[in-house]
Amino acid sequence: MSITYLEAIREAQYEALRSDPSVFLYGQDIATFGGAFKATKNLSREFPNRVFDSPISEDAMIGMAVGAAVEGARPIVEMQFADFSSIGFNQIINQAATLYWRTNVPCPITIRMPSGGTAGSGPFHSQSMEAIYAHYPGLVIVTPATVEDAYWMLLDSVEINDPVVFCEHKFLYYHLKADRIGDRELPIGKARIARPGRHATIVTYSAMVHEALRAAEELQLDGYQIEVVDLRSVKPMDTDTILASVARTGRLLALGEAFPWGGVTAEIIARVTTEGFHLLDAPPMRLNSKDTPIPYHPNLWKAHRPTTATIAAALRTLLRH
Amino acid sequence: MALASSINCAETDLTADFRDQFLQTFQHMMLSRVLEEKLGSLYRAGGRIVGGVYLGKGQEAFSAALGIQLRKGKDVYAPLIRDQAGRIAFGEPIIDTVRTYLGAVTGPMRGRDGNIHRGRPKEGHMAMISHLGSMLAVASGALFARRLAGTLGDSVGATSIGDGGTSTGAFHEGLNMAAVEKLPMIVSVANNQYAYSTPNTRQYACENLVDRAAGYGVEGVTVDATDLASCLKAFRAAVARARSGGGPQMVVGTLLRLSGHGEHDDASYIPDKARHAPNARDCLQVAEEFACAHGWMTPAEVRELHEEVRRTVDQTVSKVSKEPTPDPYKENWQALSCAELVEGQYKA
Ligand SMILES: Cc1ncc(C[n+]2csc(CCOP(=O)(O)OP(=O)(O)O)c2C)c(N)n1
Repeated sequence: MSITYLEAIREAQYEALRSDPSVFLYGQDIATFGGAFKATKNLSREFPNRVFDSPISEDAMIGMAVGAAVEGARPIVEMQFADFSSIGFNQIINQAATLYWRTNVPCPITIRMPSGGTAGSGPFHSQSMEAIYAHYPGLVIVTPATVEDAYWMLLDSVEINDPVVFCEHKFLYYHLKADRIGDRELPIGKARIARPGRHATIVTYSAMVHEALRAAEELQLDGYQIEVVDLRSVKPMDTDTILASVARTGRLLALGEAFPWGGVTAEIIARVTTEGFHLLDAPPMRLNSKDTPIPYHPNLWKAHRPTTATIAAALRTLLRH
Repeated sequence: MALASSINCAETDLTADFRDQFLQTFQHMMLSRVLEEKLGSLYRAGGRIVGGVYLGKGQEAFSAALGIQLRKGKDVYAPLIRDQAGRIAFGEPIIDTVRTYLGAVTGPMRGRDGNIHRGRPKEGHMAMISHLGSMLAVASGALFARRLAGTLGDSVGATSIGDGGTSTGAFHEGLNMAAVEKLPMIVSVANNQYAYSTPNTRQYACENLVDRAAGYGVEGVTVDATDLASCLKAFRAAVARARSGGGPQMVVGTLLRLSGHGEHDDASYIPDKARHAPNARDCLQVAEEFACAHGWMTPAEVRELHEEVRRTVDQTVSKVSKEPTPDPYKENWQALSCAELVEGQYKA
């Protein structure tokens, strides 16, 4: 028996609905249809009064979740694509993110965002929004890269008393499988050493963890041991684990699939250079997608985002320094 | 004046001019249907089409009846997901469609964006984004600027939306703004009963979608969207009212979507009962029967037309298949029109 990343997300929602009557699910096509990606398949059958189809109204969907949370509910809202959360942006950053700070009333909502690119998806069905939301105080931004994290971090997200933007990667939905889901290990906010090494550190998250691991394998053939740090949540960001890794390797590549300007990779580098400048043997590098909207044609899409090949090339440059 | 009414086509409306427009629109519908069938089969065969395929089967009459009223180069058209027929009627060549679906660099989107998102904005043909509801305001903006510049004349703008899209804030804000500005906008709402899998009962609680119009002081009509003659009559009237200063017009068409949301979707959520209801008729068949019953075409002529259209589609697809797809090394990766402002590209 094996379980995919997508099934883990479904199972976590099943478990959240089963164990906590205050949890409900709201989103477009998520009830009988089971969601555009089938992440809620059969859940409305098992919990007929707690899984609802919403109108195409992202702003209202998120505002509604905030109001429900005030009343003690723990809603999980599915954005059909992360890209469409931009319609609910105001409710996310002004309503959900500020509620606790302004009123001392917590806002336990989880917004599921199918994120990242897949071939042929084009500029409006491929975006990674984590950096945008991480910019705003009052939000937790989760970016699972493994089947186990998809499961446990979704359950954690529902349990914590703050708004969580849960960035699940569409590419991993079907591509990633695990034999079974192990025990809960790390809490949200703790990074994981996905691969130990001593010559350079890649700090990354979500689907790019897997590209980074493949690039690390490629460099092993040249005799280099590359350490890969999987952030797991970009906010809170586990600076201690990053710095400890850079202390071991002396070299840093910050890697992300999102657009290059600002963002998570910029934040990683800012932290390492301000808090760990003395640990660096070479200028830190970063690798992101290109600074254009996300292209439709696979030829362009593959060249737009970092891949094993471009990561390996970046590492070689970093190691030569 | 009643704000909402229902449009039917009476025998007295059937002037020679109407007949010509009917037949022309019927041809566009046929071309659209055959083209979409081809795209669907290419998608199922795999390998050629980049990304998803979204078809307008069953919506050709409603879509083309609007497109045919617009004057390319003068009016503004912002079509949406199921408007292949309207695009053809407006004057978009089908090679633009094929090139976009196949991601050819020769197409209007050059492989950068795909399928239904194409357009040529400088020719008044707006290129939709996925975010539903957002095109109404953009089309209005084009008219607004023309009014400022004194070039509006009698041009109109038109855009489409589905029943689901009318639930977005952008739709409501856009409609309200167009009404406040008294812009000559035609908003066609294809009420095909399902937004992806979501039935109308989970999408809106008013009895008739056209009631949305009255709330904004906009004139609205409902039409049987499976009936080309009624659709033509409704859009002719709406466009005429908008052209002559009547402000935004809403036309709601009732029908059933006869395909999946996209070709990846088998639409199994649509119950058999809905499929056999009167508004689930195939508009193409209805139009054909109408034309034959009035002696405007013979069944043999319809078959001939079908053959001719099929040849056109096949030729277009085989031509585009040989055209180049984008090369990432030749791409300039430039998202700004001012090259000197693109970071990392400045060369003194
Ligand atoms: C703001 C926004 N949210 C979600 C989506 C995803 N989506 C694409 S099409 C669709 C259903 C649209 O239904 P409707 O407007 O009725 O048009 P139809 O497809 O039935 O023609 C949805 C939910 C989107 N495109 N935009």
